[in-house]
Amino acid sequence: MFHRAFLIASIAVGALSTPALAQTAGQMDPNITARQSLMRLQAYNIGVLGGMAQGRMAYDAEAAESAAQNLLHLTQINSRRMWAEGTDNSAMEGTRALPAIWATPDEFAAAGAALASAASAMAAVAGTDLASLQGAIRGLGGACGACHQAFRQPE
Amino acid sequence: MRRLAGLAIAVAILGLAGFFLLTRPASLPPETLARLQAHPADPVAGQSVFWAAGCSSCHARPGLDAMSPMSERLRLTGGDEFATPFGTFRAPNISMDPEQGIGGWTLAQFARAVMLGVGPDGAHYYPAFPFTTYSRATPEDIADLWAFWQSLPADPTPSLAHEVGFPFSIRRGLGLWKLLNFNQDYVVPASDAPVLMRGRYLVEALGHCTECHTPRGILGGLALSNWLAGAPNPVGQGRIPALPPQGWSAEDIAAYLQSGFTPSFDVVGGSMADVVTNLSQIAAEDRAAIASYLVALRSSPNR
Repeated sequence: MFHRAFLIASIAVGALSTPALAQTAGQMDPNITARQSLMRLQAYNIGVLGGMAQGRMAYDAEAAESAAQNLLHLTQINSRRMWAEGTDNSAMEGTRALPAIWATPDEFAAAGAALASAASAMAAVAGTDLASLQGAIRGLGGACGACHQAFRQPE
Repeated sequence: MRRLAGLAIAVAILGLAGFFLLTRPASLPPETLARLQAHPADPVAGQSVFWAAGCSSCHARPGLDAMSPMSERLRLTGGDEFATPFGTFRAPNISMDPEQGIGGWTLAQFARAVMLGVGPDGAHYYPAFPFTTYSRATPEDIADLWAFWQSLPADPTPSLAHEVGFPFSIRRGLGLWKLLNFNQDYVVPASDAPVLMRGRYLVEALGHCTECHTPRGILGGLALSNWLAGAPNPVGQGRIPALPPQGWSAEDIAAYLQSGFTPSFDVVGGSMADVVTNLSQIAAEDRAAIASYLVALRSSPNR
């Protein structure tokens, strides 16, 4: 008797939890995967610039220049499709994108434009010398942080 | 029957008298007042205290971000809202405006408010204001802070009332909360390493990291046995991480507090972004001291 009840309960729980599991294990919404990949690529290139700015990595004009150019291109691609309606953190697992992105699209677009402009300022000076790079890194961090503060759920 | 009624009234009167006695607002001890007045206050030193204590995180106007000009953080208009399990607290105007702000206060009134959580009228403040942290600050730092305050702009924005349910709406009752939760002792024991002691002062007396990073009991008091061990977000969704973050070195922490970049070059968001903006203004040695304190706290916290 107990066994049967347990079996039925297990099947019911399994049936209920399957869609959520499927979503986290491999079937993540492709829009979410794409934009998180974009963020990682940006962080990878900022890591080169930030590592030099913080003195963890020797300054190398060529490497700084190419990281800054990569970053500039990444901030200029059209990512509109990745921010599909209904992919906020209240609707889906695995994302910290706040509904404010869709509730205040003009502010979100302005935050994206601010990042592109900070990346452009960095690209203009990254290859010049370390002091110039250090001067531009704060604007870059500020643009990232301002958007995260308004549009990303803290962990 | 009449004797029973008389007894009930007597007990009620005694109870009320006891309540009023236990919940009396504290005054600063004469020694603190003397040190406040004797100190030649330095507004430049006070500016560092201001950023280390993070006053503008809560009292600047809502909606500032990392791109906002720093001058906006010196205009202490109030108005930010904090929805907690006890009700919604609204940061008051603490600008130099004599009517809406605190421009008319004396140094002693300012120090009593900051170090004891008691207003000039004798009312208890809610512990959403981290006076339990600031009670450990030196009177000299408070005097310097007040000297810096004199240079801050006045703003005429009126303060908004808190929305707090019964029984927390009775401010006098906060005296009981203070009896239970107000402890001026440091949490981490003293050591003879000056950097660690400076870090302890910055974290435990000014920085009020604990207000979010330590879990609270049912009455909102900090669970000191879980000091900085991570906690549910007191004012929203999600969880505030344990300190230090897993795998971060002291250098990582200091760099993060200066720039907002994590070791993997993610960038700080949420309310911590304001903390980083404030701490980017203090001396590099002070950020390093905070980092030393945190890495000495525990090696591998559970989140």
